[in-house]
Amino acid sequence: MTARAQFDADIDAALADAPLQRALADVPAGFVAGRRRAREELPEFEPLRRVGRDIRDHALAHLDLYLEAFEGNATKAGSRVHWAASGDDACRIVLDICRAAGARTITKSKSMVSEEIELRERLQDAEFDVVETDLGEYLVQIRNEKPSHIIAPAIHMRAEDVANVFRRQHGHLAADRQLDTPEKMIAEARGILRDKFLAADVGITGANFLVAETGSAIIVTNEGNADLTMSLPKVHVILTSIDKVVPTFNDAWPLLRLLARSATGQAFTAYTTIVTGPRQPTDPDGPEQCHIVLLDNGRTELLASEMRSVLRCIRCGACMNHCPVYCSIGGHAYNSVYPGPIGAALSPALAGAGQAAHLAEASTFCGRCEQVCPVEIPLVSVMRQWRSLALEQPRSRRARLMLHAWARLAQHPRIYRWCAGIAARSLKWLAGSGARIRRLPFLHAWTDYRDLAAPQGGTFQQQWAQRDRKRAQRDRADVSAARARKSDSAP
Amino acid sequence: MGGRFGVLSTNQCHPVISMTEVFARRPRVGLFVTCLVDLMRPSVGFAAVRLLEAAGCEVVVPEGQTCCGQPAYNGGDAENARKIAMLTMRAFDGFDYVVAPSGSCAAMLKVHYPRLLADDKQHASAARAFAERVHELCAFLIDVCGLEQVPGSFAGRVTYHDGCSGLRELKVREQPRRLLAIVPGLELCEMSDTDACCGFGGLFAMKFPAISNAMVTKKCANAASAKPDLLLSGEMGCLLNVAGKLSRQGAEIECRHIAEVLAGEMTAPAIACSNDGQRR
Ligand code: SF4
Repeated sequence: MTARAQFDADIDAALADAPLQRALADVPAGFVAGRRRAREELPEFEPLRRVGRDIRDHALAHLDLYLEAFEGNATKAGSRVHWAASGDDACRIVLDICRAAGARTITKSKSMVSEEIELRERLQDAEFDVVETDLGEYLVQIRNEKPSHIIAPAIHMRAEDVANVFRRQHGHLAADRQLDTPEKMIAEARGILRDKFLAADVGITGANFLVAETGSAIIVTNEGNADLTMSLPKVHVILTSIDKVVPTFNDAWPLLRLLARSATGQAFTAYTTIVTGPRQPTDPDGPEQCHIVLLDNGRTELLASEMRSVLRCIRCGACMNHCPVYCSIGGHAYNSVYPGPIGAALSPALAGAGQAAHLAEASTFCGRCEQVCPVEIPLVSVMRQWRSLALEQPRSRRARLMLHAWARLAQHPRIYRWCAGIAARSLKWLAGSGARIRRLPFLHAWTDYRDLAAPQGGTFQQQWAQRDRKRAQRDRADVSAARARKSDSAP
Repeated sequence: MGGRFGVLSTNQCHPVISMTEVFARRPRVGLFVTCLVDLMRPSVGFAAVRLLEAAGCEVVVPEGQTCCGQPAYNGGDAENARKIAMLTMRAFDGFDYVVAPSGSCAAMLKVHYPRLLADDKQHASAARAFAERVHELCAFLIDVCGLEQVPGSFAGRVTYHDGCSGLRELKVREQPRRLLAIVPGLELCEMSDTDACCGFGGLFAMKFPAISNAMVTKKCANAASAKPDLLLSGEMGCLLNVAGKLSRQGAEIECRHIAEVLAGEMTAPAIACSNDGQRR
C-alpha cells in the first residue's frame, strides 16, 4: 500500500472510531481553552512570540557556533557529548552506553526524539527492561502503541481504556481492586513506576533546551518523572536534537514561558530542571555519568533549506490542538512521529519527502496553526513548499499535467470564459429543474457527503457582457432619438 | 491612491445618494469576480456591483481576468501561479482599486502575489503596488468607503461564518459584522467557533472528502445551535460547502453571500434552494 492509500484507510478508521472521537472532542475545552486563558493573562503574549521567534532564529543562524560552545561547556561540566548523524547512530550510541554500564533496567522519560529513532524498541530488542515513566507514554507502551500527540501521548485514550490495560498489565495486583477514578489509576501507576525508578541502572531523558553558555540541559515535565529518571540511576543519558540549543539562560526563559502557556495553558510547567553535568563532589546525590546524545537526522539539511523556520519549533503541540484536521482524525492516522501541522512541516525532512509528502496535502491551509505557534513558524508556507517539492516527483505526473492544463486555460481569458460558460450550463442542465445535485459521478468526493448547489445559469461574465450590450444599445437608441428630435426641431 | 478616496470618505460618504455629487471623479473599481461567483452564483457579482456603486464607485469588470491562481499556488505550482498573477495584474492595470467578493481570492492578490514575485526584479514593486490597491469587498466598504448605510434589509436572525484566508491573512473580521449591524431588521447571532475552518479548503474537499465532511458537519452543528434563519459568509467556497451539507441534512437554515443581503439582491433563491425556498 502506498503511504497515501494507508493514510486514507487510517483516516476512515479514525473517523469511525467512536471512543477516539469522544476523546478528540475534549481538545477544544482542554488545551485550546487553556491556551486562550493563559494568553489573556499575559498582555505581552503576542510580542513574546516575536521574541521567541527571534531567539530561535538567532540560535539557528549560528547553530554551529552555539553547538560547539555547548559541547565545550558541557564537557567542562563533566558530561560526555556524542554526535549522531542518523537515528541508527543515536540508537547505537545509547545501546553502547547501556551495555558499558552493565544495565538491565532502563527508565525513560518522555522524549519525541526517542520516538523519532524508535529507541525504546531498539533497547527492548537488545533485551533491556525499558520502562516509560511519563504516565501517557507508559500507557502507550503497555498498549503497544505510538503516541498520538507530542505532549499528550495518550490523548486518544479514555479512562476506561486505562483501567482495562492496567488490569491486564498489572496481573499481580488484586483483581477486584477499584480503578474507577483517575486518582486510583495514578496511584497504581505510581506504585509500579516507583519500583522501576529504584531498580534502574540507566535513566534516559530528552531535553527541551540546551544552554550553550553553561553546557546545561533544561528538562520540563508536569509529573516530575524526569527528575526521578535522571537522578536515581548511575548513568543519565540525555537524548535530544541539535536544534534545541540556545545561547544563554536569558534566551531560554521566554521560550519556557511560551512553551507552557502554548502547550497546556500553564504559566510554567510543574517541574523545570536544569542539568549541568553528572554529580559533582559536593552534591549529595546524582548520576555518576551524564551523556548527551545530539541527533541530526536530516536537520542540517533542513537548516540549509528554505524551510529552516521549522527548526524553531519548541514542540508545544499548539498547532495540532488548533488544527481542525488533527482534531478530526487524531494523531495515529498521520502515521508519522510528529502529527498535525508540525508533522506535515517536519516529517518529510526527517523521513524523506517521498515517505511523508502526503502529510502536507492534508491541510485546508486555514492557518490557525501558524496563528497560535509560539515561535511564528509559517506552517502553511512550509506545507506549500513540501507540496511543491512533491509535485516535482515523477509520481505526481498526473497531478502536474492537470495543473498545467488548467493553468494554461487560466492564462487565456477568452477561452477560460467560454469554458466557464459551458461548465455553468452543463451543471445547470445536470441539476434539471432542481436547486441542487445529489449525485455526480465525477464529483463523487463532493456529492458522497453533501449536495452540490446548482449554478444559477450563465456565468457572471456572460450576464455582465449582456447587460453592457443592452446598456450600449439603449445609449445608442437614446442618441439617435435625440438626434432625430434635434433634426425635427431644426428650422 | 488609497488616500484620496479613503480620507474623504470616512466622514463624508453618504453612499445611498450618488457619490458623483460629492466627488469630481468617482473612484474606478475593478471587480475581481472570482471563479466560483462567476460560475455558480452571478447574483453575488451583481450584488457586489450594487454595493460598490452605492458606495460611490464606478465599477468595471475587466474581461482579461480569469482565476486568482490559488489552485496552482496551493497545489505547489508557483511557476504557473506567477504567470496567472502577471495576467491578473495586467487585467487590473489602471484601476484605483481592485475589489473581490472573497477573502481568499483577495488574499491571493494582496498577500501572495507580492510573495510570488518578490524575487522578480522586474515585477516585484509592481506586485507590491498592485497589492496596495486590492481589497476584500466588506473590508473595502468599511475601511476605504466608510459606508454607513446599505441598500439591503433583512428581518431575521443571521449567523456569519468567517472564511479562513480573509480572517487570518487579511484580518477581515470586524468589517462584515459592522456592515451587518447597519442592515435594518437584521439580528446577528454568532455561532461558536465562527473562526473554525468549514473543511472546504479548495481541492482539500475533493482530496480528503471524509475529513472535510467531519469538519463541515461540526460547522453545521455550530451554525444550527445559533438558531439562525440565514447563514452568511464572504466566501463562496465555504458557502457551497456549508449549504451543500445543510441541504443534505435537510436543515432549514438558508445560506447566502453577505453581499446579497447588504445589497438587497435577494430575488435569487438561497444557495441550494429553489424559488419557493424549498430544497428540492
Ligand atoms: S510548530 Fe509551533 S505550535 Fe507546533 S509544536 Fe512547534 S512550536 Fe508548537
